[in-house]
Amino acid sequence: MALGDLSSSSSSTSELHVLAVDDSIVDRKVIERLLRISACKVTTVESGTRALQYLGLDGDKGSSGLKDLKVNLIVTDYSMPGLTGYELLKKIKESSAFREIPVVIMSSENIQPRIEQCMTEGAEDFLLKPVKLADVKRLKELIMRGGEAEQEKTSNLISPKRILQNNIFFFIIFFIITITIIFIV
Amino acid sequence: MELVQMQKSLQDYTKSLFLDGVLDSQFLQLQQLQDESNPDFVSQVVTLFFQDSDRILNDLSLSLDQQVVDFKKVDPHVHQLKGSSSSIGAQRVKNACVVFRNFCEQQNVEGCHRCLQQVKKEYYLVKNRLETLFKLEQQIVASGGMIPAMELGF
Repeated sequence: MALGDLSSSSSSTSELHVLAVDDSIVDRKVIERLLRISACKVTTVESGTRALQYLGLDGDKGSSGLKDLKVNLIVTDYSMPGLTGYELLKKIKESSAFREIPVVIMSSENIQPRIEQCMTEGAEDFLLKPVKLADVKRLKELIMRGGEAEQEKTSNLISPKRILQNNIFFFIIFFIITITIIFIV
Repeated sequence: MELVQMQKSLQDYTKSLFLDGVLDSQFLQLQQLQDESNPDFVSQVVTLFFQDSDRILNDLSLSLDQQVVDFKKVDPHVHQLKGSSSSIGAQRVKNACVVFRNFCEQQNVEGCHRCLQQVKKEYYLVKNRLETLFKLEQQIVASGGMIPAMELGF
């Protein structure tokens, strides 16, 4: 129901913009296609440093970054030369501007302490490579549902629909009372 | 050759690659990502893999030929090749890389040299087979036919 509403609204709200970070050119090509086929906008970069530059987090004072579109999700490889995926995750979670963006780590190695370390640091999920279409679809649903939950949270407080629903309730009660009074009179 | 025959040849050839363990299910994943809007996706990814692997194998040969082998340089290369071969479903290359990494960990130069030979052997094998596969596909397309979808029940 609500998911249907999300997809029928304008593309800017229903299409995720994903920043994919991987030093492997083969993996960048594959993850880009996996995301595009799952109806996401994709920007790929080859390193953690480039990712920070793109977001404008590279310490270059006054730089607003290169991004033209808001990033809704970051998917990053763990083992990269220079800044690892974990270090990138930390930098993003330390930033007030970007800490809300879900970050997913990908790795070809199923190392439990590594997974725990990333999840503790605030990673949304940990994907084992090679990444499959089912992984991306599941991930997208998770992120979209998260966005939905955010929407529902605020809508429970102030939503025109809610106000109308509440008002209709009162109108019905008022109507019943009026009819009863008329009847008695 | 008749179109139907060519399509059957392609299917049999592809099947043999899976049965021989040269390719694994990840290759099927890539094929699923190919459609009318991206009709050359698989060959594009595989071409990138070939280019990338040629570079890595070259670097590995150079690193292992040094007087004193720097395993801190060798291992990341093998890790990279393991990753990219896994991403396209080149199972035997990936497995050879796993063995290679073990010898790197042990800092066994002799073992690493043998592993490099094995990796190269598997790599040239999968390269050869995939190039043949793409040629068969091209022949079919050139004859106005469609590439038959890969059946998974074998």
